This record gives sequence, structure tokens and C-alpha cells, in this order.
Amino acid sequence: MNNAESAADTVFQLGPLPISNTVVTTWGVILGFVVLVLLLRFSRQPSSLRNLLEAVVVAIEGAIAEVLPAASVRRVLPFVASLWLFVLVANLVGLIPELHAPTRDLSATAALAVLVFGSTHWFGIRDRGWRKHFRHYAEPSIILLPFHIISEFTRTLALAIRLFGNIMSLEMAALLVLLIAGFLVPVPLLMLHVIEAVVQAYIFGMLALIYIAGALEPAESDTSAMPEE
Amino acid sequence: MNDIHLFSMISTGVAGLVIALGTMLPALAMGKAIAAALEALARQPEAEKTITRTLFIGLAMIESLAIYCLVVALIVLFRNPLLEYFLK
Repeated sequence: MNNAESAADTVFQLGPLPISNTVVTTWGVILGFVVLVLLLRFSRQPSSLRNLLEAVVVAIEGAIAEVLPAASVRRVLPFVASLWLFVLVANLVGLIPELHAPTRDLSATAALAVLVFGSTHWFGIRDRGWRKHFRHYAEPSIILLPFHIISEFTRTLALAIRLFGNIMSLEMAALLVLLIAGFLVPVPLLMLHVIEAVVQAYIFGMLALIYIAGALEPAESDTSAMPEE
Repeated sequence: MNDIHLFSMISTGVAGLVIALGTMLPALAMGKAIAAALEALARQPEAEKTITRTLFIGLAMIESLAIYCLVVALIVLFRNPLLEYFLK
């Protein structure tokens, strides 16, 4: 039972650093992406795999274009698309026997959330400059400054905990059912896991996108991110 | 019945209560949000994409409340920091 909720089982020691299986699977996923990219980069003629991935990228670009103004879609696309694909694959990797989803470890999701936190400021400062970016924290009045700062941190925390909690609870639920009922009974739960993995990846990327959109040009992106009245 | 029995009994009960309340109230909130989204969708079917996206984001926000409760319940059950005082 103890291994079920502590995701960070040490695989090997690298000097003083214990390397957990989260790190190993994360690097495995990254390596898989790198190999895929290199394979496509050096194959000249179009193949079915290439068509498939181009369709994926076009779909992601369309989803981003709905939220962001057209000028900044291309700038945000690499970050959000890789976030989407990485979280999706990382969630689904847990279905392979002997592997755990890296996103069931809070440190992995926290790292992703910190990346999102940093990138909102990165894109905001690049788009509008230091002064305008930090002035929007005191926008309607200076009284709201503490609330803006608190919301900045709680939304990052919520981003990390949401992904971690969902994936961890699903794996744990499957394990508990396995303990109670036995062989093959957790399969329906694992199907739920597939749906949840896709939905959580979508939500993680979408929230990152909306946070970035909020940091870019509030006047334009706010109207496109909110439904019309 | 010594202290540790009482402690584990209470914490198990509390964990059950946390999950019960923590799924009940977000479920109500989610129901409200979905009902409002359906109403908006019936009135303005052409705004489907924006409504769906906003609904998803809102549901994710509400769902994270339930997830917080789950995480707290799991901490109480499996990694209770107060247990150290009894095990000393």
C-alpha cells in the first residue's frame, strides 16, 4: 500500500541524488519525442506518420487561434503544443504495465506548473515590456495588488495539484479495485483513466494558454476568451 | 482502547466525511454550471465553441476543489503528520 501513494520510488542513485522512476519515465517520454522529431526532420518524402502529426499540429494551432490574437499564435504555439503533447503522453504512459505516469508525482506536475508560471511572465514581458506588464497587477486600483499576487500563486498551485490529484487518484482507484476484486476487474476503471488522461491534458494546456492570453494583450484576448453576452 | 486506536478511528471517520462533503458540494456546483451552459447552448447554438471551452475551464476549476479534498483525505489516511506524536 505504501508504494501506491508514494510515487517516487528510487530507481538508482546518481552520486548523492536519488533518481526516482518519475525522472526516468519523464526522460523516456522526452527521448521518444526527440526521436520522433529527428525521424521526421530527416525524412524528405511525406509519409502517413508525417501527415498525422501535421494534422495534430494544425488542430492545436486552430485551438490556440481561438483564444489568442492571430499575431501571437505562432509565438505561443511551440510552448503550448509541447505542453499539451507531453502531458497527454505522460498521462497515458501509466497504462503500460510496469510504468507509472510521471504526472502522478507532485514534483513533476509542480515543475510543469512552474514552467507555466514563468512563461506567462516571459510572454507578457516580451509582448508589452516590463512596465506595462507589472502595472497590470495594480490595474483597477492599488488595493487589488495583494489579491493579484495571491491569485498568481494559487492558480499555479491549483494547476499542479489538479493534474497530480486526478492522475494519482485514478491509478490508486484502479489499484484499490485490484486489491479488492482481483484480475481484470479494474479494466473499466482503466478505460476511465484514458478519458481522464485526455481531458486533464486538454485542461492543463488550455489553462496555460488562457493564463498566457491574460498576460499578453488583455483588451484583445479577454474578449475572445469570454463568451459574448 | 488506547490513544492510537482512537486517533486512527477519528481520522478514518474524518477522511470519509471530507470526501463526502468534498464531492457533494462541487457536484452541486458542477450541476449548476452544466445546466447554465446547456441553457446558453439551447439559446445560442452558434456560440458552441466558446461555451464549451468556458464550461470546461469552469468545470476544471470546480473539480480542483474536489481534488483538494481527495488529497487532504489521502494525507489524513496514509501520511498523517500528527501520527508521529503517537509513534514516539
